[in-house]
Amino acid sequence: MCLAVPGKVVEISEENGLKMGKIDYGGTQNSTCLEFVPDVNIGEYVIVHAGFALNVLDEKEAKKTLDIFDELEQKKSEFLRKLSK
Amino acid sequence: MKFVDEYRDPALARSMIEQINNTVKSNWTIMEICGGQTHSIMRNGIDQVLPEKVSLIHGPGCPVCVTPIEMIDRAIAIALEPNVILCSFGDMLRIPGSSKDLFVAKSEGADVRIVYSTLDSIKIASEHLDKQVVFFGIGFETTAPSTAMAIHQANRLGLDNFFMLNSHVLVPPAMTALLDSPDNRVQAYLAAGHVCAVQGSSEYEPIAEKYSVPIIVTGFEPLDILSGILAAVTQLENGTATVENQYKRVVPTDGNPEAKALVYEIFEVTDRKWRGIGTIPSSGLQIRESYKQFDAEKHFNVEFITAEEPEQCISGLILRGLKKQNECPEFNKTCTPMKPLGATMVSSEGACAAYYTYNQHKVILPVLESK
Ligand code: SF4
Repeated sequence: MCLAVPGKVVEISEENGLKMGKIDYGGTQNSTCLEFVPDVNIGEYVIVHAGFALNVLDEKEAKKTLDIFDELEQKKSEFLRKLSK
Repeated sequence: MKFVDEYRDPALARSMIEQINNTVKSNWTIMEICGGQTHSIMRNGIDQVLPEKVSLIHGPGCPVCVTPIEMIDRAIAIALEPNVILCSFGDMLRIPGSSKDLFVAKSEGADVRIVYSTLDSIKIASEHLDKQVVFFGIGFETTAPSTAMAIHQANRLGLDNFFMLNSHVLVPPAMTALLDSPDNRVQAYLAAGHVCAVQGSSEYEPIAEKYSVPIIVTGFEPLDILSGILAAVTQLENGTATVENQYKRVVPTDGNPEAKALVYEIFEVTDRKWRGIGTIPSSGLQIRESYKQFDAEKHFNVEFITAEEPEQCISGLILRGLKKQNECPEFNKTCTPMKPLGATMVSSEGACAAYYTYNQHKVILPVLESK
């Protein structure tokens, strides 16, 4: 129930007074309530639980995390290079 | 998929495992709180590639699994009333109550429907004004906003045929209850990423400080989990105990203010019983007095129904990290996902079901194997 992958907002609409949207997960699309992410724009990624978007994914932070992972990997290869010298 | 595949990179996973190996010196026990993480750990074989000194124990973080048996009995009692449509998420239908589950109630004629969103049940209520529509709402902080929104929407639309059978629980009080228990084994927590997406990471700071446990807010992809473990091990070795957010792309420090505001407009904190664990103070949400006309327990008068769990199921010990799934004598004998005895075997995120699906076969290590 708490597993979810980020999906991309492809459509924003209003239904019964609620901000709704279509979210695309690599091809499959689902209707989702966007009331809790009032400032979300088309093209941004959100985390959806049981039909409700809970947060907009912070792309800058996503990139930072990946950079940290890459740094770790680089440090390791440097270390291995030194060892093999 | 974007923002998914990058966090599943096998080469990076391997180097992260090496980092963990290089960091760990003593024996440590780390609990991942969330059932989604348990599922991901088993599916990716992470538990099988960690150094022996690092033990992962699986926390109580599957809301389906901790819903008390009497709530299932109450849901069944309501579903069997005339003129009722009972809606819930698919997982809830197979949870054994004391004599049957909701699927059996359905086969006996009850109108039980699986919905994807709480708003589907609002739609059903507005289309069936002659019926009483009940949503069986369970979950942690992650699903509480959607449950709150259903009540808010029913109120706004003036639906007097919509009711909520609510069994919401809160994670931090369960974390402190585990730490307070005399048989506690937890030395560090991986906090549940999507619970924190709503509540923020700040509410864990007093816990980390009071109990001197590192708490790492962790996501669900293999690299997220491995970096959570690395951060926990690093803190444990250094003797620090702070809250660290390894899942910043989804979790802001203060969570989601809109979601929190609505949750606390509709609900207030109460004591709640957890299946297999017992009552934990201030660990649940109940519908506030001002919205009590939507409270299904009051409307259908089912509060008197109580029940005890089957004795042979040790899921309570498993949910507290005191026993492993394979130590249960019923595991894979009288208890399988097709015929579950206890709730931890029902939900795919339950510790017993995750173990049954992945660990039994010991062959899949997708993180490491795929190139
Ligand atoms: S294997 Fe079945 S009976 Fe044993 S603890 Fe898990 S759910 Fe309960």
